[in-house]
Amino acid sequence: METLETISTHAAYDSKIEGNIIFTRVDAAINWMRKNSLWPMPMGLACCAIELMATASSRFDISRFGMEVMRFSPRQSDVMIVAGTVTYKMALAVKRVWDQMPEPKWCIAMGACASSGGMYRSYAVLQGIDKLIPVDVYISGCPPRPEALIEGLMKLQEKIDAEHSTEDQKRTFFEENA
Amino acid sequence: MPESAVAATDIPALREALREGILSEVEFRGENTLNLSLEALPKALEFCKHKLGYELLLDISSLDHFGDDPRFEMVYELASLDDTRHLRLKAKVSEDESVPTATHLWKAADWHEREVWDMMGIPFSGHPNLKRILMWEGYPFFPLRKDFPLAGRPTDMPDVAFTGVAPLEGGPFVTAPGAETVAKREPRARHQE
Repeated sequence: METLETISTHAAYDSKIEGNIIFTRVDAAINWMRKNSLWPMPMGLACCAIELMATASSRFDISRFGMEVMRFSPRQSDVMIVAGTVTYKMALAVKRVWDQMPEPKWCIAMGACASSGGMYRSYAVLQGIDKLIPVDVYISGCPPRPEALIEGLMKLQEKIDAEHSTEDQKRTFFEENA
Repeated sequence: MPESAVAATDIPALREALREGILSEVEFRGENTLNLSLEALPKALEFCKHKLGYELLLDISSLDHFGDDPRFEMVYELASLDDTRHLRLKAKVSEDESVPTATHLWKAADWHEREVWDMMGIPFSGHPNLKRILMWEGYPFFPLRKDFPLAGRPTDMPDVAFTGVAPLEGGPFVTAPGAETVAKREPRARHQE
């Protein structure tokens, strides 16, 4: 009769399934899945949107990072790339699109205008999209090069990789039911 | 277009039609400008379009001579379709006056006049749809007036839009194009009066 220990040891070295099983944490698996298929919501508002389009095109090709699926429906998007000058007239529309995106969601402020209002210190321009929605990554530049946007997206991948969503859920659950 | 002012050939006809409606005439580098009284403006525009063949309204803009009376000034840029003649008409408007619309002459005047109304707050009489074109309905200020601060003023219309005050950090930063050295020409904070 085999003990439990020998069964598990045996299973791990079973030649039929060897190489097909990976041991990992739930968080690491979820993060790995999330970060490698970020679907961007292109919030193109000014010239930064041209660089955003260049980033998606063949020369720079963000499909290498699994991010090529630009969704014009916020309900199918994971990351909103605010590319350009956010005017006060547009600000609440941007907020509304953001609110329509399902969790988990991230936001990238691309370029000087989206980050801080940029050179537009004026009555018409919101002084940074972070006044309305939480921003995960800021990208400097006016407009940023596609390489800079790709680095921003890779920074976001690093950030997602370090998240503890299930652990946090578990902790909240135990705290609430303690 | 040749350097010589072709539009100058139209000036005598306008002079005869408008008489004392023309306050002064300016010719500068081949550009002809007529300064008109506001009363003469509608007649002048109609005469230019129907009699002189200025089919094209290039632009309508406005100036704010803050502190002067009359305060505002309208500027109309006219051209013929073959692009040989350009003519600029100007007329001063005081704060309590409204400008007769030019929409019945040129469809293009519609949006231009709405922009002037939106940014400068000069009303137009007879305009078919005089509402704001850039800012939203209900925005209480006219941003291009000289007494409106560059940084803006705070407003809030729930569910429509809001505005805040932009941090100028000692600005506005303006260039001095005529200065001797590059360092002096660069944008610097200059004190607002």
